[in-house]
Amino acid sequence: MRHLMNPMDFSVEELDKLFDLAVDIEKDPQKYAHMCAGKKLATCFYEPSTRTRLSFETAMLNLGGSVIGFSDAGSSSAAKGESVSDTIRVISCFADICAMRHPKEGAPMVAASRSGIPVINAGDGGHQHPTQTLTDLLTIRALKGRLDNFTIGLCGDLKFGRTVHSLVNALARYSNVRFVFISPEELRIPGYLRDMLWDKAITFEEVIRLEDVMGKLDLLYMTRVQRERFFNEEDYVRLKDFYILNKAKMDLAKEDMLVLHPLPRVNEISVEVDDDPRAVYFKQVQYGVYVRMALILTLLELA
Amino acid sequence: MLNVGKIEEGFVLDHIPAGKSMSIYYHLGLDKLDCTVAIIKNARSNVMGKKDIIKVECDINTLDLDVLAVIDHTITINVIKDGEIVEKRVLELPKELKNIMKCKNPRCITSIEQELPHIFYLADPVRELYRCKYCDEKNTERF
Repeated sequence: MRHLMNPMDFSVEELDKLFDLAVDIEKDPQKYAHMCAGKKLATCFYEPSTRTRLSFETAMLNLGGSVIGFSDAGSSSAAKGESVSDTIRVISCFADICAMRHPKEGAPMVAASRSGIPVINAGDGGHQHPTQTLTDLLTIRALKGRLDNFTIGLCGDLKFGRTVHSLVNALARYSNVRFVFISPEELRIPGYLRDMLWDKAITFEEVIRLEDVMGKLDLLYMTRVQRERFFNEEDYVRLKDFYILNKAKMDLAKEDMLVLHPLPRVNEISVEVDDDPRAVYFKQVQYGVYVRMALILTLLELA
Repeated sequence: MLNVGKIEEGFVLDHIPAGKSMSIYYHLGLDKLDCTVAIIKNARSNVMGKKDIIKVECDINTLDLDVLAVIDHTITINVIKDGEIVEKRVLELPKELKNIMKCKNPRCITSIEQELPHIFYLADPVRELYRCKYCDEKNTERF
């Protein structure tokens, strides 16, 4: 029995297989409409996350399965003090697969170690969010046709953004991916990621202004720069516009550059960019459903 | 100079950095043993200047020595039988450490889950860096 805790749990070959399945699901969803008939997904969400939970639930419903679960810790047995280990043992008696989000880092791993059913980490604090990374990778592969030979810019909060860290780790396994990190000094990528890229002799650069690099990017992964991450208000006011993507900045980009964002977007992408065909962050949400469908089928050994 | 007699059966931990012997004493659980334990602090050493030494009269295989490598992998272990050194053990950093250090990350599941062992894995042998198995937080505990 397999679980998914970390995007790196799957080898590049296994990911290829998973993405092939997701692409086939996109092409012919009807073929998969009853593959999980009689199966139940438990969504155990100890903290609210509307989009991820609904994406998992949609994925299971699209496969003909059904869904049980809870959407905050207050309505679960955790409020009575039950341990994660005990909860998953109980859930294992009800469902065939479980997607777990928990504010404590490593909680899904503890669940997986005690579980009788496959467990998917649907986000554990600031630690991992593997299905977001799978979504990002599938979106790139589906829309660019490849996961190698491109320059990707990652913009915004690169210090605390777990989606950025996971994506950098995942893309570092593919050949000739060049990274451009665009962030204020305070929010640079952590040293361990720079070390990892150095060790693998992967090309990367770090810049402060998005405009300076727009023209060289094949992909732009946007994240939000939060006011509270700055040491002082002055720096925030001075720098925040560097990290807001608008039409003027898009005019500097290649015609086939794609803009991704893990969402929710606040103000880091101007609404005027939404109609640009290169803005694919809402398509990304759709790919999130396909990749979760493929993941459920794979972990349940139905595909 | 103070003399501590040699032991017949047991082991000697030598080249312990000066001042670390009491930490080892507790981490190895030597305080719970019935046998003779001699702790020599600040012994003269040509190489180290000062060093600590621990002599223990019990079977070495009853102890979990993983913690020693984490404290300092240059500590030498001499196994003694019939008053003679019969084996010198070299310490290697263990791949995994269980319940030796505690994860300090307040967001880690170890902070709330009952009776969950604190497990660290060796993330970088060169830098002797251990990370929590659950949350990947770096170990900052020093012995």
